[in-house]
Amino acid sequence: MKGIVKSRVEKSYSDTIFDVVNLGVMCLLLIIFIWPMWFVLIASFSDPNQLWLGNVIFWPKGFTLEAYEKLLEYTDIWIGYKNTILYTVVGTLVNLILTVTLAYPLSRKDFLPRKLIMIMLVITMYFSGGLIPTYLVVKNLGMVNSFWAMIIPGAISTYNVLVVRTYFVNSIPNELHEAAKLDGANNIQFFGKIALPLAKPVVAVVGLYYAVGHWNDYYTALIYLYDKEKFPLTCFLKNLIIDTSTAMQGSFGSSASEMESMIRLAQSLKYSTIIVAVIPMLIVYPFVQKFFVKGVMIGSIKG
Amino acid sequence: MGKLSANRGVYMQRKERLWVRLKKDIKVNYLLYLLVLPGLLFYIIFCYVPMPGVLMAFEDYQARSGIFGSTWVGLKHFTRFFNSYYFWVLIKNTLRISIYNLVVGFPIPIIFALMLNYLNHKRLKKTVQMVSYAPHFISAVVICGMITMFFNKDTGIINQVLERFGGEATNFLAKPELFDDIYVWSGIWQEMGWSAIIYVAALAGVDPELHEAAIMDGATKIQRMIHIDIPSIKSTIIMLLILQFGSVMSVGFEKAYFLTNSMNKSAANIISTYVYEVGLIDRDFGFSTAVGLFNSLINMILLITVNKISRKVADEGLF
Repeated sequence: MKGIVKSRVEKSYSDTIFDVVNLGVMCLLLIIFIWPMWFVLIASFSDPNQLWLGNVIFWPKGFTLEAYEKLLEYTDIWIGYKNTILYTVVGTLVNLILTVTLAYPLSRKDFLPRKLIMIMLVITMYFSGGLIPTYLVVKNLGMVNSFWAMIIPGAISTYNVLVVRTYFVNSIPNELHEAAKLDGANNIQFFGKIALPLAKPVVAVVGLYYAVGHWNDYYTALIYLYDKEKFPLTCFLKNLIIDTSTAMQGSFGSSASEMESMIRLAQSLKYSTIIVAVIPMLIVYPFVQKFFVKGVMIGSIKG
Repeated sequence: MGKLSANRGVYMQRKERLWVRLKKDIKVNYLLYLLVLPGLLFYIIFCYVPMPGVLMAFEDYQARSGIFGSTWVGLKHFTRFFNSYYFWVLIKNTLRISIYNLVVGFPIPIIFALMLNYLNHKRLKKTVQMVSYAPHFISAVVICGMITMFFNKDTGIINQVLERFGGEATNFLAKPELFDDIYVWSGIWQEMGWSAIIYVAALAGVDPELHEAAIMDGATKIQRMIHIDIPSIKSTIIMLLILQFGSVMSVGFEKAYFLTNSMNKSAANIISTYVYEVGLIDRDFGFSTAVGLFNSLINMILLITVNKISRKVADEGLF
């Protein structure tokens, strides 16, 4: 009897310690996740001199919009912004059309070459020609340094096709299709009027995946583009926030104190640039994050 | 002999039947074929047409003569790569970063998910989860920009805080020995929440009766974690581990590319950046393709080996 009581006490003791540690770790993690993003935000609104001296840590010091005003003068950034929006909108649209039209027939059990095409897709997940051969194909099609180079070569992600196909298979019973057939609906009508509306959630998820991919894409531009006018935002971001030297260009020839304040402003400018670059994500994020989670779930139930 | 020809007959018959069936199917379901066509064309043009391009790895590629007309040089590019100074540097850097990443980065999301699962505060749980996904959606450029700015020797916040506490400012990004730490831990910051989602989902599916029984028997939370939760999500863990092994040799291009500078280059040179440099900057197409091919071969061998081992040891595998 005594033994049991003792072990109960020990147990609750151990669980209490666990709960306290767990709570502590989670709070710490919360700070670790939030602080870097928070810091960028407050740094962009703080007085460049205070930022330079390291006085900005948890709260903004000397609130100012100087860095944002300066950013307006950088026309490059806005060219990039416009391009990225275009690539994201057109690219995601193309992605979705191709993905959904490919995924739907593959979900139909009565579609004869279904297996063959599936094998064809899965092979590409494990084997590809590689960087140079793909580049040469794009080049031979005359797409290098064109708008379409950012859209077409990566127009379909096999993983997403499989996600959409799985969703179609699980959400549209075969009887529904049989019934529609008896009512005289053809395949396109069934696809457009019944299958597509049913697939709205998965189309949203996959569309978000694609859109984020376009928004953050740098690699494609690095390989296929060389005209500045066509660069997406990420290319200009690299110049401005990673290659330190360029941000200070134009400051030569001014007096020492002017140069000093230029350099300080240039630093604040980097923070405001990051904020402007991630703002669309920040605004959209709270609304869509539950969709992202759903997407991972759908994707994990393969087969 | 007769059997063989009979087999052949059956085969031909089947083939013919397939052809007839396909014709009939196209007639009935032509709209489905129409739907599939654009996507299929994409795969043919951008995935299958470049595939014979791997032959470039075995020839001195000349744009004029094309892939099938260029001089065949056998394994020349491969021996050149294996004998070059860069070979061991690249292999070492790539493996070091990715094994470090695997050893630290793989268990952390699992532990994170387990701890989240036992968090009593519902609101805090939701907040931590939501915040932890957010970094996944920030682009590599911005992440690396933040890293270079935070760790800057003179103006970076990290050094400013260090100095305030009497430490000495260090140029973290100029030190090759710190490159791995920066690369791996920033990756963990960015991906741990996202990677944990799948485990959180798997944990939600654990039979609650098991936990009730364990509580009746006086098991502590840590005991329940070890004896109930981990065994229940074992197959998910193994599946993801195999997938990770399959990409051990492919350390992400963008982050390495952005974080490289003249001072830490000795640690930051990895296979994917090398393929890009040799291929598109130096225009050494054959050599670059050979390096890339070597890389994907190693990946494939690793994936198959780990899958086999896991089949034997844990009776579970991807294929």
